[in-house]
Amino acid sequence: MIKVEGLSKRYGRTLAVDNISFEVQKGQIVGFLGPNGAGKTTTMRILTCFLPPTAGAAQVAGYDVVNQPLEVKKRVGYLPENPPLYTELDVESYLAFVGKLKGIRRADLKARIDLACERCAIEEARKTIIGKLSKGYRQRVGLAQAIIHNPDVLVLDEPTSGLDPKQIIETRTLIKKLAGDHTIILSTHILPAVEQVCERVIVINKGKLVTIDSLENLMQRMRGAEVLLLTVEGRDGPLDAAQAQRRLEQVAGVARVALQETANGRAAFEIQSSPGRSIHTEVARAVLEAGWQLQELRPAARNLEEVFLELTAEQKETRSGGDQ
Amino acid sequence: MRNVWTIWRKELKIYFVSPIAYHLLAFTAVVFGFFFTVATAIFVSRGMQSMRMGSMMPMDVNEWVIRPLLMNISVIGLFVTPMISMRLFAEEKFAGTIELLMTSPVRDLEVILGKWLGALTLYASLLGVSAVNLGLLFFYGRPDWKPILVGYLGLLLQGGCLLAIGAFISTTTRNQIVAALITFDLCLLLWVFDWVSSYETAAWARVMSYVSVLTHFEAFSKGVLDSKDVVFYLSFIFLGLFLTGRSLESLRWRA
Repeated sequence: MIKVEGLSKRYGRTLAVDNISFEVQKGQIVGFLGPNGAGKTTTMRILTCFLPPTAGAAQVAGYDVVNQPLEVKKRVGYLPENPPLYTELDVESYLAFVGKLKGIRRADLKARIDLACERCAIEEARKTIIGKLSKGYRQRVGLAQAIIHNPDVLVLDEPTSGLDPKQIIETRTLIKKLAGDHTIILSTHILPAVEQVCERVIVINKGKLVTIDSLENLMQRMRGAEVLLLTVEGRDGPLDAAQAQRRLEQVAGVARVALQETANGRAAFEIQSSPGRSIHTEVARAVLEAGWQLQELRPAARNLEEVFLELTAEQKETRSGGDQ
Repeated sequence: MRNVWTIWRKELKIYFVSPIAYHLLAFTAVVFGFFFTVATAIFVSRGMQSMRMGSMMPMDVNEWVIRPLLMNISVIGLFVTPMISMRLFAEEKFAGTIELLMTSPVRDLEVILGKWLGALTLYASLLGVSAVNLGLLFFYGRPDWKPILVGYLGLLLQGGCLLAIGAFISTTTRNQIVAALITFDLCLLLWVFDWVSSYETAAWARVMSYVSVLTHFEAFSKGVLDSKDVVFYLSFIFLGLFLTGRSLESLRWRA
């Protein structure tokens, strides 16, 4: 459905996107992962024909973005990072405008607006002026705008940014619901968002493609070392943090223990395993044996920075290893 | 063509759901109403005077009231067109809706024409407000309507010109106020350029006078439909819209 070959985009002297190639099959949800400034938005803007590429080619739904932009635009729904809303209009007339712009025939327009409103759960806001809607609602109106012409491909740029947790969950469920009918490519810099929605992940950093992989494979690779967060409390009186740390370091498989904070007689540690070891059972046992009160033991959420460091380091290794 | 119509309707809707249109309509009604009152009062008092002096020549409403009033509207046009055109593209750039327009299956030309025609329609409705005043003259006298029609055609062309320049300026910034200021500066310059012709007849002075938008309106205000002036206005509009198109295209390459 989407085919990108050797795509590059240069702004003046900076190379925003550097020779990226990937393919997305019909019906897939693909996460586009990268820190801010990685080139996600630029790539999406090229796919939606907002920007022309400096080099390389991209095909969407079988049409070239440079030579057949009108055909591509007919088949793409795009939600930019800031939803492109006319805040003076009410939701219904806004959607009617977008619908007509996307080439929906007058006879079908009402039905398409109804459907888009229903799917994005904004029916009760149809007559409301967009400027008076909350951020979450605006995001959904933005999504309704993107799907109104039933496009083959949906391009969503940071669809959950700036939303509160409840709205994030709602938006994710909504995107999942849309998945069957559309090929979706969505960008984000938050890992859980990808975890819960996407089947495949494209990781880019500094304009370069770091990896393309299925989610399971990627998770597997990242779980090379386990990182746990542990909070314990002394059973009788406050806990001696330094002593506890020494004790934890002796647990089999533990590579590193870092004290994060002590307060109210509690201590919080970050514990990292040596590569390939699973240590949560051992750590739990050690806590029980030491007679501490367990407050919390959970796997640390891996932040993207680490993932990137890992992935880019991996890339260098394979290169120097002579595989490529 | 359908896309032009869609965008035209959206533009007008946004003018009329925001205070811009109402402000401009009210402003025109008040200012032009004032001009009209003054012009007719002067006409009446002059008329009385000439009757007392025993002049046999009847005074012509077209010459004494309508022509100066048309010139006045043309000057009001200089002030209102920047207010109409400032938001055309600057607002879309600021709000990010330009991304919607440029990723929809419409051509740049359709966007530009729709927007320009929307702005021109609002401007025409301002002219309509002024025409209500002139209409009153038909109750009390028999002014010649053909020069009025030609005059209004000239006003529409002049407005189209300034709006085309305004549309171009509006593509160059995200800030509506900046767009309005620069457009106003240009409009004003294009008006006063003509003044050099009153003391200088060299080629450069004639060129300056020629590009002055208001010079070309003078004939229209007298009810003279000169193809030379029509061509001037039409080519000016074409130039403005052409620059708008180029500027919009360059956005894609720079943005």
